[in-house]
Amino acid sequence: MSIPSPRNDWILMAVFTAAVLAMPVWLAPIGAAYPDLLQKFAIFGIFAIGFNILFGLTGYLSFGHAAFLGVGSYAAVWSFKLLTMNVLPAVLFGTVLAGLFAVLIGFVSLRRSGIYFSILTLAFAQMSYNLAYSVLTPITNGETGLQLTLQDPRVIDNAISAPGEGLPWTELFGIKMSGYPGFYFCAVMLIIAFFISLRIFRSPFGMMLLAIKSNQTRMSYTGFNTRPYLLVAFVISGMYAGLAGSLLAVTDPLAGAERMQWTASGEVVLMTILGGVGTLVGPMLGAGIIKYFENIFSAYNDQILHGIFAALPDGIEAVVVAVTGLFVGEGWHLTLGALFMIIVIFLPGGLVEGARRIKSFFVRRSLRRHGIRTDQPVTRV
Amino acid sequence: MGKIILDVSDVQMRFGGLMALSDINLQIEEGKTHAIIGPNGAGKSTLLNVCVGRLQPNHGTVMFEGTTLTGKTPYEINQVGVARVFQTPEIFPELTILQNVMVPAFAKRDGTFRFNAGGSLFGERQIREEAEHVLEDLGLTEQRHHVAGSLSRGDKRRLELAMCLVQHPRLLLLDEPTAGMSRADTNRTIEILKRIKERGMTKVIIEHDMHVVFSLADKISVLAQGRIIAEGAPDDVRGNPKVQEAYLGGAHL
Repeated sequence: MSIPSPRNDWILMAVFTAAVLAMPVWLAPIGAAYPDLLQKFAIFGIFAIGFNILFGLTGYLSFGHAAFLGVGSYAAVWSFKLLTMNVLPAVLFGTVLAGLFAVLIGFVSLRRSGIYFSILTLAFAQMSYNLAYSVLTPITNGETGLQLTLQDPRVIDNAISAPGEGLPWTELFGIKMSGYPGFYFCAVMLIIAFFISLRIFRSPFGMMLLAIKSNQTRMSYTGFNTRPYLLVAFVISGMYAGLAGSLLAVTDPLAGAERMQWTASGEVVLMTILGGVGTLVGPMLGAGIIKYFENIFSAYNDQILHGIFAALPDGIEAVVVAVTGLFVGEGWHLTLGALFMIIVIFLPGGLVEGARRIKSFFVRRSLRRHGIRTDQPVTRV
Repeated sequence: MGKIILDVSDVQMRFGGLMALSDINLQIEEGKTHAIIGPNGAGKSTLLNVCVGRLQPNHGTVMFEGTTLTGKTPYEINQVGVARVFQTPEIFPELTILQNVMVPAFAKRDGTFRFNAGGSLFGERQIREEAEHVLEDLGLTEQRHHVAGSLSRGDKRRLELAMCLVQHPRLLLLDEPTAGMSRADTNRTIEILKRIKERGMTKVIIEHDMHVVFSLADKISVLAQGRIIAEGAPDDVRGNPKVQEAYLGGAHL
């Protein structure tokens, strides 16, 4: 972990930007290049990148980040209902409100560390989830979820022009935010989010967070008050979650309480670990893979499987279809679970560590071929 | 007698029924190396813990250059200029050696908290140079890009010392800085500590190794069962019968 040069970071940033913007092209062969799924890749990528700023840098494992996702969504939908269908204020409100909420939850939860911190955040998130269903119904519209209606005031929009027929759509200065424009809006947000995360990782602040993760005792005897550092990291990652939540509302202006449930909090933990905790691109990778599995594998059914294995003899084919059938459709969670176990056991550093190992294997092999000794440790990038 | 930099007065520390420290009075002179010796369980580490704010005494105060340390948190105490080397090295195992030393340099420059996420580590040339300078001083330059967790125990201790020295503390507290070190490493550490002394840094050192104590100390306090039983110049302490008794026939003094 030597201090990386700014030049390498600009290369990384350029590659990341190109890869994100070209997703509709290079994801087409695996059947993932349709706007709905691409939007999810970008949105959950933001969620996971933000989560990683807390978990990856400080080691504090929050089990309640879905609460911020939910707050972001509700805030965005309210902005659509009350102010305007323009997405910029919605995104702004979603992010800021989630940030304020994170100050509150973080202030209390960060009094403890380790498992107690995780439980406190989980408790807060579940509390928010249940409140959204019950007492807060006037704000959240309870089980139905918060949605647009024809009676919404939409003060700014209606002051500019008379309301049209039917429900309006979310837009950015006239561009409808569904389909590919929606994806590109999310993609730009993702690129900005990634850039900020990269800057944090490379800043003195990021190094302090890593030092807190490494040895908190030493930090306090070194003259640092660790609490504000942790709180700032917590709030930043809460704002990322709020941004992701508001983007969910941008692409589909509807907010439901289930977005705040603990399973959603758990999902972002899975994404981060799967891709690689504390790495820059890992969380994005993990988010993509989980969303891909969720959408593609769950769409498989026995019919499709019969088609795939049609070449096999009848008896064997039936068995193969019966077995693989367990892993697709409703059973995609089984595939995810198995993949997750394999990663955690064999590649604790996630997919990024896997890529790194493959790379160093090839580097070493080519060095050996040129007669260079390789017993010195290869410097990590 | 020179200026008193650290003044421990009437400190009492109780753990349940056990009186770990009773009525400790200790004055540390500026620029001197003050050793605290004593058998295991005498309360030496407890005394250091009281000084750095890890423990709050039941009674008594600790003053550092006119500031009361009792009641302050460890990070506040560090910020007024007191640094500590631990018995088991407290470093950042996952960071590189250079980063390990850069972190305390930031604490010295930026205080207890600064939201410094806009800048880049790469632009912090001055902090980096300071850290590299200290590493060179302690002979750790070659390994500076290695992860600190991979160091040998002796090197970890030297790294921790570097982390304290980069802050230019007014007072350095060392808890058995040579425990578990080879003779060669021990001698090297003695050399380093002697060099620091020439720069006028005040040190309090807890040590079992009498070779280290008598090579470095200007003054020795002997602690036994939570009390100071003897105090004075090394030669006076060496001949004190009470001290020899406390060490249970430790005639090797």
